Amino acid sequence: MITILYLPAVDAFGLIAPRLRVPPAGVLPGLPTGRGAVTAPLDVAGDVAGSQPGALLDGVSSKSIEGRSLGQIAWIRFKRDKFAFASIFVILLLILFTILAPVLNKWIGVDPTTNDINNLNIDTGIGLPIGHFGGINGSHPLGVEPRNGRDIFARIDVGARYSLIVALASTVLSVVLGTFFGAIAGFFGGPVDTFISRFMDILLAFPQIIFAIAIASVIEGSKSGGGLWTHIILLIAIIGFFSSPYFGRIIRGQVLSLREKEFVDAARGIGASPGRIMFRELLPNMYGPILVYSTLIIPVNILFEAALSFLGVGIPPPNPSWGSMLSDATGSGLYQIDPWFAVWPGLFIFITVMAFNLLGDGLRDALDPRSNR
Amino acid sequence: MSETEKPAGDGERLARLRRPATAARKAAAPPPPVEAPAPTPRPTGTTTMPPVGGDNVLLAVNGLQKHFPVTQGIFFRRQIGAVKAVDGLTFSVNKGETLGVVGETGCGKSTMGRLLTRLLEPTGGQILYNGHDITHASTHQLRPLRREIQMIFQDPFSSLNPRHTVGSIVGAPLKIQNIDSPENRRRNVQELMELVGLNPEHYNRYPHEFSGGQRQRIGIARALALRPSMIVADEPVSALDVSIQAQVVNLLSDLQKEFGLTYVFIAHDLSVIRHISNRVAVMYLGKIVEMASDTDLYEHPLHPYTHALLSAVPIPDPEREQKRDRILLKGDVPSPLNPPPACRFHTRCWKAQEICRQTEPPLLEISPGHQVACHFPEEKDLVG
Repeated sequence: MITILYLPAVDAFGLIAPRLRVPPAGVLPGLPTGRGAVTAPLDVAGDVAGSQPGALLDGVSSKSIEGRSLGQIAWIRFKRDKFAFASIFVILLLILFTILAPVLNKWIGVDPTTNDINNLNIDTGIGLPIGHFGGINGSHPLGVEPRNGRDIFARIDVGARYSLIVALASTVLSVVLGTFFGAIAGFFGGPVDTFISRFMDILLAFPQIIFAIAIASVIEGSKSGGGLWTHIILLIAIIGFFSSPYFGRIIRGQVLSLREKEFVDAARGIGASPGRIMFRELLPNMYGPILVYSTLIIPVNILFEAALSFLGVGIPPPNPSWGSMLSDATGSGLYQIDPWFAVWPGLFIFITVMAFNLLGDGLRDALDPRSNR
Repeated sequence: MSETEKPAGDGERLARLRRPATAARKAAAPPPPVEAPAPTPRPTGTTTMPPVGGDNVLLAVNGLQKHFPVTQGIFFRRQIGAVKAVDGLTFSVNKGETLGVVGETGCGKSTMGRLLTRLLEPTGGQILYNGHDITHASTHQLRPLRREIQMIFQDPFSSLNPRHTVGSIVGAPLKIQNIDSPENRRRNVQELMELVGLNPEHYNRYPHEFSGGQRQRIGIARALALRPSMIVADEPVSALDVSIQAQVVNLLSDLQKEFGLTYVFIAHDLSVIRHISNRVAVMYLGKIVEMASDTDLYEHPLHPYTHALLSAVPIPDPEREQKRDRILLKGDVPSPLNPPPACRFHTRCWKAQEICRQTEPPLLEISPGHQVACHFPEEKDLVG
């Protein structure tokens, strides 16, 4: 028996082997049929198949070969990154924890600002918590603060609210400001770029904390005295404003490189306005860096808020924030005797910062179409 | 793409695609005051091109210049020089013809293309499109012109926005110029995709899902969307495989036949240029050194630089290839920052005499339709 190797690609028009076709359904593959053993791709059926490019896909439903959007591809890549995927859960859990703070506190029966001296050992002179691990017991899941006995759990979950609100809102503000001015500077160049870039340099060189203290003292000196939310809005404005140049510079650099691409010329060639080019052509190409740097700047802003709280211009006491809790512990030196005082806020800052950083890394890998992971 | 591959009823579809609005728009536009190119003060050494074909001229360029300033200093920028990318071009393009432009890298071909489509502002000279002076037209004035002159770009990878789908890339011109309703756009775009040989079902795909040749077809579809009269193709096939180059070049010639397009085709591949062009201009350091019909230029080249270029084209015959003398130019192209005086080619020319260093040779018509800028033009058989 002669074995004929049948190559459909070579015999595109069926000239060599007009009678040798794929065995009809039901015939076992590999068995000699007709005059010779036929070796042909089994998924190719019918006489036309192989003679027309693209016909191979006719059998496949058009749904299954539909193109994926870039978002879908990014999501598939992102899901592969276990750490980044886990960080989303951590962040969602944290947000849930923050939202449910009043409910949780009521259920456990704790309050962030109530002093509970019964849990402190007055005999030590400093007022250390009674019991192990900073005074953890049934009524205080994470123990109490030394010296005044406020519940740490309640302070952590309420403090999370202020820390996250300030960090997220100031990041949004800095992204909006930074993207807008960075894009304008990079796109128009020349004197506009010089002016905006020098202004950003000045902002970066500015002693931000002193500026923040000055503004906060002006507000506190005013008649209203500045309530909690005045302080929060002030914090958001100051942190957002001062971290916007970091964004502005990144966006400016991105725009500088993107505007030399030919698709920008193509857009101008069809009569697109500068606004359309900036926001419809360039901005979508910067979602990746914007998202990544946002997630990376959130932890920085959490720490900035902590620093300002430490200096007394952040969240006004007795309202808790993670930064001010950490400052209380380290500033008083009490963490040397009662380390748990510093461990809890530190741990939460660490987890949050870590989660946002991992998320940022994962997003960067997922959103960059050129990365190989 | 050959005619046989197209589905039946093609003619009908094409007829539908040809916007009747083009004719109406042209009629509605006030007849432009067709002025003879004003005798503007032009750089020394260039001569006025004799009027070619009269009102058949679609684009006339007169002493076109583009100098990119070179500046120094951080706060107070002062100009310390200029890159003379394009320095005095005079030519015209007739309706329906293809003008090929060849030259080495850095000779100003692409800058010229961007000046013609007014993506760049000329430093000097004049561009007349259909009699309109568009040399310094504002962004607003250019908007209607964008429908007439379109561009195909060199790099099929950077010329398509990676974040837009094919549908929105090809549909963008229609959207920006407010040509059709959003309901019709999808259908129009898919017809355009079919026209350039793309699968219309790939409407929602992103550029990265296509090969280089297919991407270039997307770029061509975008350029065609507004039904332009003229297309400036800036090295449209240089980035493609040779087999794909042929497909794209053939597609461009098919489209030219179907829509009566006028091409300015920039390339550095002489065989591609010869295949597609009716007339060819050879550029060197921002100037045209020779311009002739394609057969004239390839069979009777006159300028030494053209000789050198043509001698680099391989001949598919080993014996003749062995026998012929290759002209190897010495050194690099001089910097356009400080181009050589008088004849710009004299630093590398084996025929250079004292006169070449003293006076610039004007671009003169030596035989009908054959212009050359050389003091010692000489015919030389190089391609056979």
